[in-house]
Amino acid sequence: MSWCCCNSVCTSSSRQLLATSDLSSIPSRVSNVGLKQKRSLCGVPKVFAYYGLKTPPYKLDALEPYMSQKMLEVHWGEHHCGYVEALNKQLEKNDMLYGCTMDELIKVTYNNGNPLPEFGVAAQVWNHDFFWESMKPGGGDMPKLGLLQLIEKDFGSFTNFKEKFIEAALTLFGSGWIWLVLNREEKRLAIIKTSNAVNPLVWNDIPLIGLDLWEHAYYLDYKVTHSSSFLLSAKRFFLMCLSLFPLFSQNDKANYVNVFMNHLVSWDVALGRMARAQAFVNLGEPKIPVA
Amino acid sequence: MALRTIITKRTLAGALGFRQQHRSVQTFSLPDLPYDYGALEPAITGEIMQLHHQKHHQTYITNYNKALEQLHEAITKGDTPTVAKLQSAIKFNGGGHINHSVFWKNLAPVRDGGGEPPKGSLGSAIDIHFGSIEAVIQNMNAEGAALQGSGWVWLGMDKELKRLVIEITSNQDPLVIKGPNLVPLLGIDVWEHAYYLQYKNVKPDYLKNIWKVMNWKYASEVYEKECR
Repeated sequence: MSWCCCNSVCTSSSRQLLATSDLSSIPSRVSNVGLKQKRSLCGVPKVFAYYGLKTPPYKLDALEPYMSQKMLEVHWGEHHCGYVEALNKQLEKNDMLYGCTMDELIKVTYNNGNPLPEFGVAAQVWNHDFFWESMKPGGGDMPKLGLLQLIEKDFGSFTNFKEKFIEAALTLFGSGWIWLVLNREEKRLAIIKTSNAVNPLVWNDIPLIGLDLWEHAYYLDYKVTHSSSFLLSAKRFFLMCLSLFPLFSQNDKANYVNVFMNHLVSWDVALGRMARAQAFVNLGEPKIPVA
Repeated sequence: MALRTIITKRTLAGALGFRQQHRSVQTFSLPDLPYDYGALEPAITGEIMQLHHQKHHQTYITNYNKALEQLHEAITKGDTPTVAKLQSAIKFNGGGHINHSVFWKNLAPVRDGGGEPPKGSLGSAIDIHFGSIEAVIQNMNAEGAALQGSGWVWLGMDKELKRLVIEITSNQDPLVIKGPNLVPLLGIDVWEHAYYLQYKNVKPDYLKNIWKVMNWKYASEVYEKECR
């Protein structure tokens, strides 16, 4: 399989400064600092590396009607931004964690299952970056090429995989995430549930797709609230129709997960991540034709 | 808008074709709120109360009943793997039911005494153990704000040691998980669904405001009952 370099595949250790034109539609609390300099008492500048908030690779209204602009504004502009700010504050007080890339930071602060206080925020920053990149406008549909082959090899069929993914999402208790990962040791794909901020990096697995199942990820859009207005907007009507499907009692979460799989998930990005993963995991001999 | 409290009993004898005594599976149903949905405004909006009660709590009860029925069947058939497998669903949904049932009782509208600090034995116990009500509030709010993910903050009482404790539990674990002698006096739901529509991600504001509708009378009653 050839290495595909698409624009939407971004390594999580890179940080961009936000263009000011992007800030027009988001709350003013977003910080966009790449590097700050402080002068110590003796006049020698101390440089602290901070993390900045990365923008999703699409405009905030691009995922309508499946994920509203308001939802993204709050989820990205307030939650994700809040995590970045909290991480920066904590790193300010902790000398030991400088110089780590985000991936290293997560593994170190996870501390083999006994997480340090910085773990929660650091992991959530990474998780949300990964999540925005795992979606795209006009997403859903089916994976292609090698990824589809691998899914069919490890799950039987794409339909089976989708069912298992949705089932895992619906049986997760509390806050957490659902991941499609490439398990390094077993050299196969797996669906993993994690609680709170934990992500597969701590077990050295390679995540391909991530889905946020904290309530804040779907509450605004999928909790169909009782509108006093007689005229419902098109989006509200659409969501209300979804909620009338005879699903199990957890209508809202089920709708959200189904919509994610059918309309939002970016299989292109997953394919790119898989291609990159193959540099680290040997998935078998390539089929070299015999002359 | 008020729902009736019903507890129904069903018997499963005969249907399974087993020759045994009549066994009944108790099903649970949604308890009434002792006040209107909008009565706790502006601390908690009516919209949140309605969703929280009619959707979330009801879902826990529905799933709990389902899990209990499956458990009953599995026990009858002697299907131990299924019995073991159902434990987490029972803990989660049963815990959710217990926790929310306590939660509705420990909130009260301002006109019914919500927010009034406790007098009597609970008041003095708080002063002895924590110094002041403000200390309790500060402590619980700090724990709640620091809690990552979903869970509850409790002011509880150890029946054996006759001591007050502040504990957090994650997901829907009831307070007894932290100690078999612990009885909840006050609980604050810090799952996002409890405050999201109104406070978004500003959890500290929710924690600050919920004390204005806290029903200390209920906590005092429970405390006095356990002290006897």
